[in-house]
Amino acid sequence: MNTVPGLVPAGHRRLPVGQAAGDRRQVWPWRRAGLGALAAGAVALPFVLPPYLLFQATLVLVYAVALLGLDLVVGRGGQISLGHGAFFGVGAYTAAVMIAQFGLPYPLTLPVAALLTFGLGWAAGLPALRLRGLYLAMVTFAVAVVLPPLLKRFPAITGGAMGMPVPTPRAPVLDDDQWVYFLVLGVTVTAFAGIRNLTASRGGRALTAIREHRAAAEVLGMRPATHMTHAFAWSAMYAGTAGALYTWTAGFVSPDSFALSLSITLLAGVVIGGPATLTGALLGAFVVMGVPAVARELNPAAPGVISGLLIVLVVYAAPTGLTGLLRRAAWSVAGRRT
Amino acid sequence: MFGQQLLEGLGAGAGYAALALALVLTYRFTGIVNFAQGELAMLATYVAWQLVDSGMPYWAALPVTVAVAFLAGVVTERTVMRRVEDRAGELTLVATTIGLYVTVNAIAALVWTSALRAFPSPFPDGPAGVSALVAACVAGPVLGAVALVVRHTGLGLVMRAVAADPRSARLSGVRVGRVLALGWGAASAIGAVSGVLLAPILFLEPTMMTGVLVYSFAAATLGGLDSAPGAVAGGLIVGVTETLAGTYLGFVGADLKIAVPLVLIVAVLLLRPQGLFGSAPVERA
Repeated sequence: MNTVPGLVPAGHRRLPVGQAAGDRRQVWPWRRAGLGALAAGAVALPFVLPPYLLFQATLVLVYAVALLGLDLVVGRGGQISLGHGAFFGVGAYTAAVMIAQFGLPYPLTLPVAALLTFGLGWAAGLPALRLRGLYLAMVTFAVAVVLPPLLKRFPAITGGAMGMPVPTPRAPVLDDDQWVYFLVLGVTVTAFAGIRNLTASRGGRALTAIREHRAAAEVLGMRPATHMTHAFAWSAMYAGTAGALYTWTAGFVSPDSFALSLSITLLAGVVIGGPATLTGALLGAFVVMGVPAVARELNPAAPGVISGLLIVLVVYAAPTGLTGLLRRAAWSVAGRRT
Repeated sequence: MFGQQLLEGLGAGAGYAALALALVLTYRFTGIVNFAQGELAMLATYVAWQLVDSGMPYWAALPVTVAVAFLAGVVTERTVMRRVEDRAGELTLVATTIGLYVTVNAIAALVWTSALRAFPSPFPDGPAGVSALVAACVAGPVLGAVALVVRHTGLGLVMRAVAADPRSARLSGVRVGRVLALGWGAASAIGAVSGVLLAPILFLEPTMMTGVLVYSFAAATLGGLDSAPGAVAGGLIVGVTETLAGTYLGFVGADLKIAVPLVLIVAVLLLRPQGLFGSAPVERA
């Protein structure tokens, strides 16, 4: 074997890229520093933001959880789902009905919503062998369109077209909205850690392999149908969890909050943030929450026009999303590929 | 009563069939499902409404609308879809059509507001469904003529070549880009007919075609996503099934009719994934 300068023999500690053995230069731990700053900022946020902006920030975290889930199907699995708004809605209504109709304590709603949507995702993913590609997109589109009329159909349970108010969690220590923010933040951090491990697991790596080359993955012994069903179930569970968090945050659910436009917003978030990345979920959530809020100041119809054009523009100019753009910017600043 | 329902179903079905036909056309040419097809049709219907509202007679406004829709389809293909068409990956293409869907929808709301508008029916005195049915009888021979062109002329041969294999067609000297633009234009024109057929029943508003798109997905899936006659047959079947289910199944009623196409799609995909008239896909790694 030829010796290549800088190549570290197996069994030794891997050195950062660009550093040769014996090099005493310190490498600044960008990753850890960035995460630390993010964590500090996230904790400080509720004490500096006014209530309305804090509400928006909480919703960004809620959306980020849903985007993490959708990314499992879209980014990692390469399939298109336009129905995750429906799972989000089912999660939100599960929490709302449990709290408002049965008077159950709110912490209980999270696992129930998660389990229920996991099961629904599993059931929806079972025909995944047939519902591939465009067919999956069409079926999930139909699901997203059907959910609001279905919710309106049972007014005794769901409150009908008018929706229903839900008591939000009471805070034992802080203000109520700060408390909800920290609850959501806790779940979001757990969700990020979960996806990080999930995508590094056997199933997660199989999912990427199937996306890249289905036949090769099959030859290597991976069952695409099994892995896709799992991915769809997890992904639905994330969306449902986000739905329950939404109910805690907003304190109100109505069928039209979970219409087709929510599913489209979620897909846009994944595409804009950057498919198959963790930071993409956060960036995407920030953009799909922030851009319409700013655009609404201009004109009531402006958010739609701007969001739509943004999707087309990102697909055309930055297929790897904002995360890809930031990564390229970081490379050009640092002068190296990390 | 039953005959009346059947007629109404066929009338609605004619509209679904037209949009399904547009979807199938785009699918044949570019291999994608155009989620913005219904919105382009909605935009064309607004153009028709604006023309009729400003005093133009209905039958004069119709060809103008179809021509405008054709142009809109060509422009969309040339300006937007052309930029992403050569990229592999369904996500890219579907995301682009979704972006178009959102944009067109918002533009319509911006220009015409989201208020419900009554759309004139060509036969105001006839019972519901008759007008759509008569229009469908006019559209039938036109579609037959289009089929003859596709089957028996040089242009038709070129179109079929592009649909079958764009790369080989390009190597044989076919201007693939122009043919694709023509395909998008034709699909958009047919979609406009669907919008005009359905607007008197549904009332005109920016979200009018979202439900219709679901019915048309069901129609195209039922007929086979790559079969034009299948799309028409599928549209009529879906229209009749939906109307009868809404009337005679108490649980479904008027508000849950939209679930009928979903059940149909899933059933077709589980039992006969290639649809009634479609060809089963051959997969190669």
